[in-house]
Amino acid sequence: MKNDFRARNHPAYWAFLVHRVSGLLLALFLPLHFWALGQALQGEAQLDSFLRWTEQPLVKFAEVVLVLLLAAHMAGGVRLLMLEFLAWRDWHKSLLAAAAGLSIAAGLAFLLNLV
Amino acid sequence: MTVLQVKVWRGGESGHYQEFEVPRFESQSVLDVVTYIQRSLDPTLSYRFACRVGMCGSCAMTVNGKARWTCRTHVAKVAAADRLEIAPLANLPVVKDLVTDMSPFFEKWAAAHGRFQGGRTRRDDFERVPPDSPQRGLVDEAIECIGCGICYSSCDVVSWNADYLGPAALNRAWTLVNDVRDTDQTRLAAVAGDAGCHACHTQMTCTERCPKQLSPTASIAGLKRLALAAALEGEI
Repeated sequence: MKNDFRARNHPAYWAFLVHRVSGLLLALFLPLHFWALGQALQGEAQLDSFLRWTEQPLVKFAEVVLVLLLAAHMAGGVRLLMLEFLAWRDWHKSLLAAAAGLSIAAGLAFLLNLV
Repeated sequence: MTVLQVKVWRGGESGHYQEFEVPRFESQSVLDVVTYIQRSLDPTLSYRFACRVGMCGSCAMTVNGKARWTCRTHVAKVAAADRLEIAPLANLPVVKDLVTDMSPFFEKWAAAHGRFQGGRTRRDDFERVPPDSPQRGLVDEAIECIGCGICYSSCDVVSWNADYLGPAALNRAWTLVNDVRDTDQTRLAAVAGDAGCHACHTQMTCTERCPKQLSPTASIAGLKRLALAAALEGEI
């Protein structure tokens, strides 16, 4: 028999999901990122017109999500490294809370700078 | 009198839930519920238990979606709205009803070199483990495992990779690599392969579910550190 969501519904599993999903979304974003940089090869005007397109509110909002994903993925990764490579102690939920707090703070900082 | 609505898995791998109505008693455990069904409603129900006091690790089942030791799980703690769903442990072959075949679980203990290998004979004096030594301190909790299989049944990595040794076997290996009396030099290599400690994703469901409140994740992290150190030294 297989487990369902009821067995998985606990903080460390959510952290695993956030780390995995953010990693996948960032991997999907990378080609887009390289394509955007590649616009510079077509000349300054091409890149500038693309950068002007990114000034739209919806694209700016997507950027906030991107920063949030990056922050969550990095904080989640640091959390795992600290948990597994430092001497074991009963702090995994504190680490998780710190990682979540840092990610949201990074996302908010980016969002508020835009305003 | 309050009545519990209890759904119990019947059959083997393919089967169905059968509904029973069980009277609710004070301080009733989930094992009491299963025992009531077998003794008063349907004697063909198969399940497994022995000590009834949380020592033997035989009565683990999936209760409302979570693996638990049923003898020490109060109905009051788990039966929201007086409903129970009782199934055999996940990740193990079902023999019949609530009984699983634990062979894969214990075979993996063997694969993880879970057997103590001492270096002395019966003619030698006892070898002492200094109680205050750091190595003994590292496994203070891990040696309390009762082998109930709850961690193994709860682990997603076991579901995804049938070869994965699982939390309990790795926890056992961790206690032995820290045992100063043990002479098995190949254990670390045995638990450092693709199906060993590095396969763990630190989802910590084992730690969340362990009825003894041990942390197999801590043991697995310890093995990861030892395996990395040994690899850097060129030992494995």
